[in-house]
Amino acid sequence: MFVRGLKRKCFDGEEDIEGTLAGIKAIPSYNLQRQSLLDMSLVKLQLCHMLVEPNLCRSVLIANTVRQIQEEMTQDGTWQMINTQSTGQASLDRLVSTDILCRSSREQAEGKHVPGYSTFSKDFEGDQAQDSSETMSTASSMQPPRNLQSNVWEMENPQENKGNFQKSLDQIFETLENKSPNSVEDLFSEVDNSYYDLDTMLTGMMSNTKMGHCDGLETFSSPTTAGSNSNCKSDLNELDHIVEILVES
Amino acid sequence: ADIISTVEFNHTGELLATGDKGGRVVIFQREQESKNQPQRRGEYNVYSTFQSHEPEFDYLKSLEIEEKINKIRWLPQQNAAYFLLSTNDKTVKLWKVSERDKRPEGYNLKDEDGHLRDPSMITVLRVPVLRPMDLMVEATPRRVFANAHTYHINSISVNSDYETYMSADDLRINLWNFEITNQSFNIVDIKPANMEELTEVITAAEFHPHHCNTFVYSSSKGTIRLCDMRTAALCDRHAKFFEEPEDPSNRSFFSEIISSISDVKFSHSGRYIMTRDYLTVKVWDLNMENRPIETYQVHDYLRSKLCSLYENDCIFDKFECVWNGSDSVIMTGSYNNFFRMFDRNTKRDVTLEASRENSKPRAILKPRKVCVGGKRRKDEISVDSLDFSKKILHTAWHPSENIIAVAATNNLYIFQDKVN
Repeated sequence: MFVRGLKRKCFDGEEDIEGTLAGIKAIPSYNLQRQSLLDMSLVKLQLCHMLVEPNLCRSVLIANTVRQIQEEMTQDGTWQMINTQSTGQASLDRLVSTDILCRSSREQAEGKHVPGYSTFSKDFEGDQAQDSSETMSTASSMQPPRNLQSNVWEMENPQENKGNFQKSLDQIFETLENKSPNSVEDLFSEVDNSYYDLDTMLTGMMSNTKMGHCDGLETFSSPTTAGSNSNCKSDLNELDHIVEILVES
Repeated sequence: ADIISTVEFNHTGELLATGDKGGRVVIFQREQESKNQPQRRGEYNVYSTFQSHEPEFDYLKSLEIEEKINKIRWLPQQNAAYFLLSTNDKTVKLWKVSERDKRPEGYNLKDEDGHLRDPSMITVLRVPVLRPMDLMVEATPRRVFANAHTYHINSISVNSDYETYMSADDLRINLWNFEITNQSFNIVDIKPANMEELTEVITAAEFHPHHCNTFVYSSSKGTIRLCDMRTAALCDRHAKFFEEPEDPSNRSFFSEIISSISDVKFSHSGRYIMTRDYLTVKVWDLNMENRPIETYQVHDYLRSKLCSLYENDCIFDKFECVWNGSDSVIMTGSYNNFFRMFDRNTKRDVTLEASRENSKPRAILKPRKVCVGGKRRKDEISVDSLDFSKKILHTAWHPSENIIAVAATNNLYIFQDKVN
């Protein structure tokens, strides 16, 4: 019944936590739970049955849940902290997020970033991007008081986790901000479209090829607009590995 | 046997139809009560079985269209034959179920096997006569209403004028005339211009039992809209809007999901509507839009398990609810093959189980109890022992008697109240 590695009692037993832990400790725990809920939701959105049209009601409810979490995270400032690190454009990030795509399910289950992020970003709405960029720009003007909270958040998460989180979110933002229907179609013309366009996803439109997650590698070889800088060197080796794969394919 | 996906009594209760995941419809008929055996009140036996829908493949979208029967609705009987509507995700079909117990014999041009007779051998003319034969029940598709739904059909409802019916999918509701299959009127359309703005879908719809201009539809945000078809061709603006304000103390990330209405049913009187969301059943008075008049907790012990139920997708299960004939009792299903009945007058409720292991045929069902706290009594079941794969989503209540049909995965249970 439970995905391996995920915290067994998400929000279940929340009462215990609130009762026994003091202020600051309780907050990150809630953040972690919220994060795992977000991860789970993104995975769910991706795991549509390939053969039959996905259940629209379920998809909409999950998408609404994700939106709700993101809005709350934006208000908390945790979202904003991530965004301040995003700069520049680099196809580097595209490749990095491809790496995330190809991570084994074992790694995903450990709470790191699930492939869902990069593909999810495609099918999340354009106007949603407007909303989140706007809220983020207002949030960034309030930066000083937020730092405290974001420091707490930083301490709580392992460095790698945060870095990955940033990368994936950057991936989402750049796609959200810069997506236009045509470019998306060009990018993914050979790929199963259903993940990358909300409309088609929800109506179950699919192109001929049904590709697994890792086949998405091809699509990332063409640089697109607005990447963001990652600052995790450990991923450079993985990058080389990926470039190899891309070149070979 | 396949998983049962819908159960429905006809208007007299004489027939009970079930649809399954394999696209088959099985109709049961109640046997005539005989004076010889008064204690054996009419039992239901198989009357007819037919394949209603076949799996299809949509070549344009490269997707399979499931043959699973989502809903069956009977038409009121107007002649010797029975008519029902059955639908899968995309196509509604009108089936005629009729009996044949006579066969014409004595044709001139062909013999009894059907072979043509040699005309030169025919010396006399005779009139064919009808002779009795073994009863045969035939089901024939009389109308096929196809290609009108882009999204998955979740409801069909026959109008009280018996000339029209509606079919509802996630975003649209269409009105059909039974005689016309190549056209339907779109009466509700909530599809946004930009699909990326979609946040709400239609989950169920039903016509008013007496007013042929009125219908309701429920949404994934826990709202019900009542529409009057006389106001406009496109009923995008509701006449009434039923929504209960959210309880801020119970708010969580799952609040919206559990508020999504999975079923809506008018009472037989037409005065009330009943809605089912994930944890409760609510009764609404049509004259009061701001809150329901009654709320019944189906399995509130699941409230603390919502995250796990979200993880295993159970939180998206769509339970149905039904009224009894007099609108005094409502019934709905739960997990572990449990189903619940609520008496609206006495406010008493009972949990029963549809399972062969735990009840012998003709034995009275023993009420069940789920224990929430620490101490579990002997006959109670703890929440963690519940089997979430055994869910009762579909139930039906005989229109006038206390006979219920309960679908437990691939088994159908029929229960009657005890006769003294």
